[in-house]
Amino acid sequence: MAIMHDLRTLKNAAWLGWQMEANWTDPFLFATYSIVKPISATLILVFMYMVVTGGQTNSAFFSYMYVGNALYMYVAEVLFGVTWVIHDDREHYMTLKQVYIAPIKFPAYILGRSAIKIAITSAGVFVTLLFGVIVLGVGIDIGAVDWPLFAASMLLGMSCICVLGLALGGVTFLTAKHSIGINEGVAGVFYVLSGVIFPITALPGWAQSISKVLPITYWMDSMRRALMPETMSEMNSLSGLDVTGLGTFDNLFIMAFLALSAAIFFMISLGVFRYADNVARKQGKIDWTTAY
Amino acid sequence: MHQYAVETQSLTRVFTPKKREGEPVNALNSVDLKIETGELFGLLGPNGAGKTTLLKILCTLLLPTSGKAFVAGLDVENQYEDIRTKINMVSGGEMSGYGLLTVRENLWMFSQFYGIKSKVAKDKIDRLLETFGMTDKSKAKLRTLSTGQRQKMNVIRGFVTDPEIIFLDEPTLGLDVNASRIIRTFILDWLKDNPDKTVVLTTHYMAEADELCDRIAIIDQGGILACDTPERLKKTVRMNTMLSMDVTLLKNREVFQGLNGVGNVSFVDDSERNQTHVKFVVQDDSCVSDIVSGVLDQGSKIISLQKTEPTLEDVFIKMVGKGFE
Repeated sequence: MAIMHDLRTLKNAAWLGWQMEANWTDPFLFATYSIVKPISATLILVFMYMVVTGGQTNSAFFSYMYVGNALYMYVAEVLFGVTWVIHDDREHYMTLKQVYIAPIKFPAYILGRSAIKIAITSAGVFVTLLFGVIVLGVGIDIGAVDWPLFAASMLLGMSCICVLGLALGGVTFLTAKHSIGINEGVAGVFYVLSGVIFPITALPGWAQSISKVLPITYWMDSMRRALMPETMSEMNSLSGLDVTGLGTFDNLFIMAFLALSAAIFFMISLGVFRYADNVARKQGKIDWTTAY
Repeated sequence: MHQYAVETQSLTRVFTPKKREGEPVNALNSVDLKIETGELFGLLGPNGAGKTTLLKILCTLLLPTSGKAFVAGLDVENQYEDIRTKINMVSGGEMSGYGLLTVRENLWMFSQFYGIKSKVAKDKIDRLLETFGMTDKSKAKLRTLSTGQRQKMNVIRGFVTDPEIIFLDEPTLGLDVNASRIIRTFILDWLKDNPDKTVVLTTHYMAEADELCDRIAIIDQGGILACDTPERLKKTVRMNTMLSMDVTLLKNREVFQGLNGVGNVSFVDDSERNQTHVKFVVQDDSCVSDIVSGVLDQGSKIISLQKTEPTLEDVFIKMVGKGFE
C-alpha cells in the first residue's frame, strides 16, 4: 500500500511538473522552444570547436564532444530543476509547506517533479543528437547502437542524477536563493571533471583521481559506448593510448562501477536530504521566504 | 489514558538569529495546552504573540526547542509522518497556489497527496466550491482570482482532505465582511456535521474568537495568559454590568435608589421627546427586574434597555495591561 501511495505521489508530482513546465504557453510555441533551446545551446560549442579546428566536424573527437555535451543536458536540467522546484514552491507559489505537511514521502514528490524534467530533456537530447547525426555527421549509427547497454546505462544514470538532485534539494531547504548558484556550481564540477566535452586524461593527475570516483564519468562513457561503439573504439585506439582514460575497462566493469557509485551516492544523498530536512525543521526554514 | 486532539507540555521555541543579527527570541515559553477532540479552539493574541509558531510546531513544519507536543496522541518530533495523515493547515493572508493551474486542478492535486480517490475528490471539490460560492471559478486559472477568492480556495483545500484536526492560521485575515462570514459559517457547520473533528484557530480578531470558539487561549509574548470558554474568560474581568435605559419621562426617580447592587445612576432628560435616558450599574442581573417593575408601576414606558457586557478585549487588557495594537 505504501509503495502504491508513493507511486501515486510520483505520478501526481510528475503531472504537476508537466503543467508547470508546459502550461505557460500554447503547444506549438512550447514544441518550438523545446527544439530550438537545446540546439542553440549546443551550436555555441559546435561553432567554438569549428573555429579551433578549422571547420572539422567529422573526427571521432567531435562526436565524443557533441554526444557528451548533449547528454550533459540531463545533469544540468535535473540538478537545476530539483533545486528550482523547492525554491519556487517555497518562495514563489508558497505551496511548499502545504506539500511538505501532506502525508507523502517528500523525496517521491521531488523525484516526480524530476521525472518530467527528464522526459522534457529527453526530447531535447533526442533532437540535438538527431541534428548532430543529420547535419554535422556525428558518428552514431542506429544499426550499431548497443541497446541493452543503452537501456541499462540510462536507467542507472538517471537514477544517479535524480539522487544527486535529491541531495541538492535537501541543501536547498537550508539556503535562500543561493541554491541556484550551488546547483550551477555542482553541475559545473561534473561538466569539467566527468569527461563531458573532453576526456578526463586532459586533466591533471589529481583531478583525474576525482573524475574516476564520480558516477557521471562512468555514465558518460557507458552512454557513448552504447550510442557509438565504433567511434569509442577509434578514440581508444588513437596512437595506441588510452585517450578517454577509461579505455582499459570493459563494459561490464563500467556498468558495475556505475551501479556501485549510484548505490553509494543514493545512500549519501538520502542521508544529506534527511539531515537537511531535519535541520530545516529545527531552523524553521521549510516555509522561509527570502527572494520575492 | 485520555487522548487529547492536541497536547503540549512545557513547549518552548527559541529562534536564535545569526551572530550580530540580534538577540534570541522566545517565541513560545513553556506552553501547556490541552485541546479536546471536537473542540473549536482559539488562540487569541496580537501579532508576534507566538500563535503561528505554535501552529507550525503542531503542523510538523517546525521543531520545538524543548518540551513536548502531541497531535492526536502522536509526538510531533518523531511521529510526524503519522500526524500528517490526520491534519491539514490553512494560512490566511497568503497568495499560495499554482497560478498556472485552475482552481479545480489545484484542489484536486492536493487531494491526491492525501490518497483520496480521484472521483471522490472531484465530487467533494464541486460541493465545497458551491458552498463557498466559487462554482463559476472552478475552471479559472488561480492567477486570475482575487485575494478573497484565493483565500476561499485555500480554505477548501484544507477541508477537502477531511482532516481529523485542522489548523487555521488567521483564516479571515484581510478578507471583506462577506467572505469572512462565509468562512466562519462554514467552519461552524463543518464542526456541527463532524463532531469528532477538531479545529484549532488562531486569530487576532476578538469578535471572531468570541463568535466561533468553544474555548480560547489568550497568548502574548509566547505565553498562555488564560484558557477558558469565552463566557468564563469575560467573567474573570468582574466588570459590573452597565445598563442604559430610555423611558418616558420619569416622575419618581427613587425607584433607582435604595436597591442593593445598583449604583452610578445618572439621568438625562430629553423634554423634546418626552424621554429620560438613565444609565446605571448593577452588580447582579437580578436587580434589573426590580428596576423594570418600579418604572412600569409609576406609569412610565420602557422604550429601550441595553446591557453592555465585558468583551474579550477587556479580558486581554486586564491581563496584559494594554490592547492589541
